[in-house]
Amino acid sequence: MSFLVGEEMVCGYGGADILHGCTIGVEPGEIAVVVGPNGAGKSTAMKAMFGMLGLREGRVLLQGEDISHLKPQERVLRGMGFVPQTNNVFTSMTVEENLEMGAFIRRDEIVDTMQQVFELFPILREKRAQPAGELSGGQRQQVAVGRALMTQPKILMLDEPTAGVSPIVMDELFDRIIEVAQTGIAILMVEQNAKQALNIADRGYVLVQGRNAYTDTGAALMADPEVRRAFLGG
Amino acid sequence: MSDVLNALVILANFVIVPGLAYGSQLALGALGVTLVYAVLRFSNFAHGETMAIGTMFVILATWGLQSAGIGFGPLPTALLALPVGIFAAIILCLVTDRLVYRYYRRQKASGVIYLIVSVGVMFVYNGLIRFVIGPRDQVFADGQRFIMKAREFKQMTGLNEGLAIKTTQAVTVVTAIVTVAAVFWFLNRTRTGKSMRAFSDNEDLALLSGINPDRVVMIAWIMTAALATIAGTLYGLDKSFKPFVYLQLLLPIFAAAIVGGVGNPIGAIAGGFVIAFSELFVTFAYKRVVTYLVPESMAPDTLVQFLSTDYKFAVSFVILVIVLLVKPTGIFSGKSL
Amino acid sequence: MSNSVRNLSLFALMALLFMTVGFVQSWDVSLTLLNMCIISAIMALGVNIQWGYAGLFNVGTMGFAALGGLAAMLVSVPPVAGAWQAGGAGIFGGLVAALLTVAAGVHAWRRTLHLGRRRYWLTGLVVLLGYVAMRAIIDPAVEAIEAVDVTTSGFLGGLGMPIMFSWLVGGLFAAGAAWVVGKISLGLRSDYLAIATLGISEIIIYFLKFEDWLTRGVKNVTGLPRPVPYEVDLKQSPAFQSWAGGLDMSIDTAASITVKLCYAGLFSVVLLVVLYLSEVALRSPWGRMMRAIRDNETAAAAMGKNVTSRHLQVFILGSAVVGVAGAMLTTLDGQFSPPTYQPLRFTFLIWVMVIIGGSGNNWGAVLGGFVIWFFWIEAEPIGLWLMRALTSGMAPDHWLRLHLIESAAHMRLLTMGLVLLLVLRFAPRGLIPEVKR
Repeated sequence: MSFLVGEEMVCGYGGADILHGCTIGVEPGEIAVVVGPNGAGKSTAMKAMFGMLGLREGRVLLQGEDISHLKPQERVLRGMGFVPQTNNVFTSMTVEENLEMGAFIRRDEIVDTMQQVFELFPILREKRAQPAGELSGGQRQQVAVGRALMTQPKILMLDEPTAGVSPIVMDELFDRIIEVAQTGIAILMVEQNAKQALNIADRGYVLVQGRNAYTDTGAALMADPEVRRAFLGG
Repeated sequence: MSDVLNALVILANFVIVPGLAYGSQLALGALGVTLVYAVLRFSNFAHGETMAIGTMFVILATWGLQSAGIGFGPLPTALLALPVGIFAAIILCLVTDRLVYRYYRRQKASGVIYLIVSVGVMFVYNGLIRFVIGPRDQVFADGQRFIMKAREFKQMTGLNEGLAIKTTQAVTVVTAIVTVAAVFWFLNRTRTGKSMRAFSDNEDLALLSGINPDRVVMIAWIMTAALATIAGTLYGLDKSFKPFVYLQLLLPIFAAAIVGGVGNPIGAIAGGFVIAFSELFVTFAYKRVVTYLVPESMAPDTLVQFLSTDYKFAVSFVILVIVLLVKPTGIFSGKSL
Repeated sequence: MSNSVRNLSLFALMALLFMTVGFVQSWDVSLTLLNMCIISAIMALGVNIQWGYAGLFNVGTMGFAALGGLAAMLVSVPPVAGAWQAGGAGIFGGLVAALLTVAAGVHAWRRTLHLGRRRYWLTGLVVLLGYVAMRAIIDPAVEAIEAVDVTTSGFLGGLGMPIMFSWLVGGLFAAGAAWVVGKISLGLRSDYLAIATLGISEIIIYFLKFEDWLTRGVKNVTGLPRPVPYEVDLKQSPAFQSWAGGLDMSIDTAASITVKLCYAGLFSVVLLVVLYLSEVALRSPWGRMMRAIRDNETAAAAMGKNVTSRHLQVFILGSAVVGVAGAMLTTLDGQFSPPTYQPLRFTFLIWVMVIIGGSGNNWGAVLGGFVIWFFWIEAEPIGLWLMRALTSGMAPDHWLRLHLIESAAHMRLLTMGLVLLLVLRFAPRGLIPEVKR
């Protein structure tokens, strides 16, 4: 089925399990969004698929290959990129240096990739010599995403990218994310702002208490009255 | 007019030139401390003794060179011996890290444990120094002592007061400039250097980016060992090698690092000079300077000294306290509390 | 073997060591060792209160002990009338000026919030002027005092009160200094506390070394009054002479041993009192709260506990205990000698005592005090003996042999450092570990 899929994942922190057999997948060029109430396990599912959390049951497949045992750095080498929710830039380093560090594992020329990132996020080109810590929240998120893109990943995973940003900035971020997806990269995104996220989603997963509650295209979920009532505020 | 010049010369001779030299030494020491803090996240109480032990290695190598009849002309032979000393110090620091600190990194021990451990390391180093070279003073500077003698200066300028510049002072400043430039070039222009800054800034994100933590730690120790050896040697050339003095230098060096902003290399340099000049300005007896500048009737009887030179180290502590009260992150806002 | 049996046997072993020294070297040596061990144990208790209860790393122990010693001297030495006449008023005036300066500075700081940056300059100016004024008042007084009878005094003298009273005063001095240091540096990182305590103890010791008008500086104050009889008096008392004759001991030895036993008795009482109070505090709700804060500071703060003020309490208490021990130390020495306070070395020794003994456990701290001081002193004869034995095959003037024997004395520090590192790594809980309640 999928380019990247986490199948029947069971995992948690410490004693209790948070995920009870949930499945999430994404295709190239597609935007898959994971939404759900607090504590549903959205971030947990993402961390499990990236390898920051061990799976007790289930597995993660990348292009059909089982990568459940790989460490996060190894998954980066396989083409996965991850943008954490917080602390996702090097605040004391310039925008350009952040991008350089993003490409750290690469040994080849990164100038072209950096140009591509600047094309996608023009504001970064403008502020390339400024320390990332001095940028606004939305700009910082762009640096964070750009940083992850420097490894030329095939999949980009974002953990609540619009957390704490204003609605206008959120729209702009989502526009950028759509542009990134259009370059053929698979996007897997966990989001709190369910309505806006599902709007741009090709596929949506609604998680409740660690299980898949609803799975469908973004548009279909938005149209579903039950989903609307429960999670989207009518 | 000549009165003002004379006053300036006194200041230059007793405060400005020594301040530049002492400030450079402190700056290099503080740079080493701040590096360890930035990467390994603890205050290395053993840094003073690291400086001492590095200097000891240089002294041994210097003696070797001197007995083989090798000299460096007007410059101190110790400069030739410096690379050997640095190499030995690097090995020692790497071994110490492997045997002592690495265990606690794996344990993710709290910061206080590292402090206690570094105090233990300090005493082991101290014991080693006493064991190998003994506790007595060692003077190992050779070569031409003065670049400019006070008498020469007086003859050249016709002024009353003389300005003497020791070779070691000039060597200190030049070496410090070269070293600092090299460090900054490394940190800002090389991939490895940037990866160290990234690691210091945000460890999790650095690991995520594929930066190898063990490699970063190793390079930090190498740089610290080199900086400590250079700083210690310069200080020892300028004054003399007294094993227990480096213990006393710990306070000004820490003060310099904190005042400048701990974890920030620029801060370490700035802090070093702030502390050095403060110490000298506050404990200097301004009697003769004031005598030159005021009419004869108002010439002072007392020394016109804010604080006696005995309290030199108290000055750095007072500055430290002020910084901690007013702006704990330091002048250049290093790592926060 | 159950815990209490094990602990008891450790103490018994310690007693055995003292007996061995008594027989092999002399009872005099053994008792001197015992007295110092008791004092060390009390200092270790003080440090343990700060470390074990609250996880505070205080590198300035020696400074607080020195303050205790200062108290011992100031309380017990009779006042020097000439000096008070010459400069007493000036000193008093200077102190008043200093207090006014501090008050003015604080006042200026608090009331000028609206001035922004200039606030710093203004406060700085106020403090600077006040300082200059104070120096103008105090400097002539200091000179006058130091000129009075330079060879035998040259200082103000003290209060002329019984010296045991000074043990309490020493605690108060140390507590006061601890309050100042704590206010400044607690609530920040543990590194800063360590550096600040290092700084304050160095300053205290400098102050004691150079302010001759108060302490005679490096000239020392000798002949402090005693709480126990003098050997000379004992030797001349007929009752004592017959008693010593009955025991078949030389009168000198008997006198010396008796005096030391008296000290031992006094010190042990203090030790037991401090130990008892510490144990009571540990088991009390206050003690439990302290340990809760130590184990999980964020949780405790979230529960509304004022972490910083609790830390301050512990810091002051621990320092006060060290101050008391410092006063006792000076009493034992019979003289107040600032140059003997070497900040880092003895502070470090006390840390080794606490960690090896068992951090967080009062009995452990006491045991650690005994063990470490014992081996610190005995290391020299043992080390010398070892070096001689190792190099016995070499020619008497072989350079290595001479070097090794000469450095045997320096091996102590190296050994202690190694011991600390090894214990921290392999046996971090120490000889008598903390009891988890």
